[in-house]
Amino acid sequence: MSVETAVSDPASIVPQVESLAHTQIRDCYQCGKCTAGCPMAAAMDSPPTRLIRLLQLGHGEAALRAQSIWQCVSCQTCATRCPKSVDCAGVMDALRQISAERGVATPAQQCVVLFQKAFLNNIRRNGRLNELELIAEFKLSTFLRGRSISFLLKDATLAPELMKRKKFHLAGEKARNRAVLARIFARCMDKSRL
Amino acid sequence: MNLAYYPGCALHGSSNDYEQSLRACLATLDVQLKEIDDWICCGATAAHSLNQKLAVALPARNLALAENQGFREMLAPCPMCSMQLLKARKAIAGDQALRRSVSEIVELEVRGETQVLNLIQLFESIGLDRLKAAVKAPLSSLRAACYYGCLLTRPPEVVEFDDFEQPRSMEKILEALGAKTVDWNYRTECCGAGMTMASEQTVLELSHKILSNAATHGANCLVVACPMCHVNLDMKQANIERHYGVKHAMPVYYLSDAVGLALGFKPEALGVDRHFVCSAGG
Repeated sequence: MSVETAVSDPASIVPQVESLAHTQIRDCYQCGKCTAGCPMAAAMDSPPTRLIRLLQLGHGEAALRAQSIWQCVSCQTCATRCPKSVDCAGVMDALRQISAERGVATPAQQCVVLFQKAFLNNIRRNGRLNELELIAEFKLSTFLRGRSISFLLKDATLAPELMKRKKFHLAGEKARNRAVLARIFARCMDKSRL
Repeated sequence: MNLAYYPGCALHGSSNDYEQSLRACLATLDVQLKEIDDWICCGATAAHSLNQKLAVALPARNLALAENQGFREMLAPCPMCSMQLLKARKAIAGDQALRRSVSEIVELEVRGETQVLNLIQLFESIGLDRLKAAVKAPLSSLRAACYYGCLLTRPPEVVEFDDFEQPRSMEKILEALGAKTVDWNYRTECCGAGMTMASEQTVLELSHKILSNAATHGANCLVVACPMCHVNLDMKQANIERHYGVKHAMPVYYLSDAVGLALGFKPEALGVDRHFVCSAGG
């Protein structure tokens, strides 16, 4: 069975989503199994089934602005259970990437974007994650974008608890060959696709 | 057995208790871990959310490092890392052009031949009979809820491990160690994963459901094989209790803690004393 989809529009993001996610949006026949198993669906504006439908109907902009793409926890349940093998988790990744590249994330969504950007910056610099540095960069970047002081300080009490349990390396570890990291990031950050 | 070891960032950071217990167990079971020289982060959720190229390139460089250092098999005890490594390996194996372009990006030839094992698979390869024979202190007081979370079994075509709806591999290990296991409903539900910092509420809600369901089904502990799951269920448990006004007091063990305790190690030798929730009579 197949569903009706919009006549393809040259500005459509669907080809880019399909190429990034290696999946076919039109394959979805809207059974809802992805949403039924999604642990975040109840809190989502556009749960997985609806998100795919937005893409099928040519509403790419709405899909890119959906809160749900930043609520998704990447648990892979949707893609695992899809009877049509649509990689919905991969579609979420593709929408996040395009949304972040175009800067369309709303302030409410920025928290997750900023965390993930801080994470990648950290890896680019160190090769391995420095948790203390990550938290500092994330908290500072969210604070500068209007998050409250209480959010800034929220996990501060955790640090001594982690220290007490010897769960923190103050200096953190670094990979030796960090020059290659910088080159790998530069090559991946250009716009061409793999 | 000589095995490449890819610790990943968590096991060398705030989940170093996981590394402590798995090193203790594996030394006793004659598995020599050789850490991959100059390994780098797999990119985790941040890479696959923001840049599909990085999500392949970062794990691919680690595969190439392991291959160049002469390893055929590697242990990746973090399911995020092992899934990313396997996903990159699979993508490269099926696409010559991609293999060439990734090799250029990471400045090493990536063949994608290294086998990647999670911790459960490593214990399975050691053998349940051998584990059973090595037990010195049967875990008879444990009624364990084995918790797999997301990425040990998903996506199934990438990780090719156990039944993705009803996995049993951890239960079999726990039962070989003399523990009882409980039947429960949240074994493969998500704990909130990497949202710990960016969206704590997500973690509180999902992890609260997991802890509650385990208790309802008679568990007196959870057993996990993932550093992120441990952070959310153990470190965040006090916040969950405060937020929902309940008392879970549910100890969360790494699989290697359970094996280590059964092998006769003291909790302190495994790092169990460094968990946030104290073990009661475990």
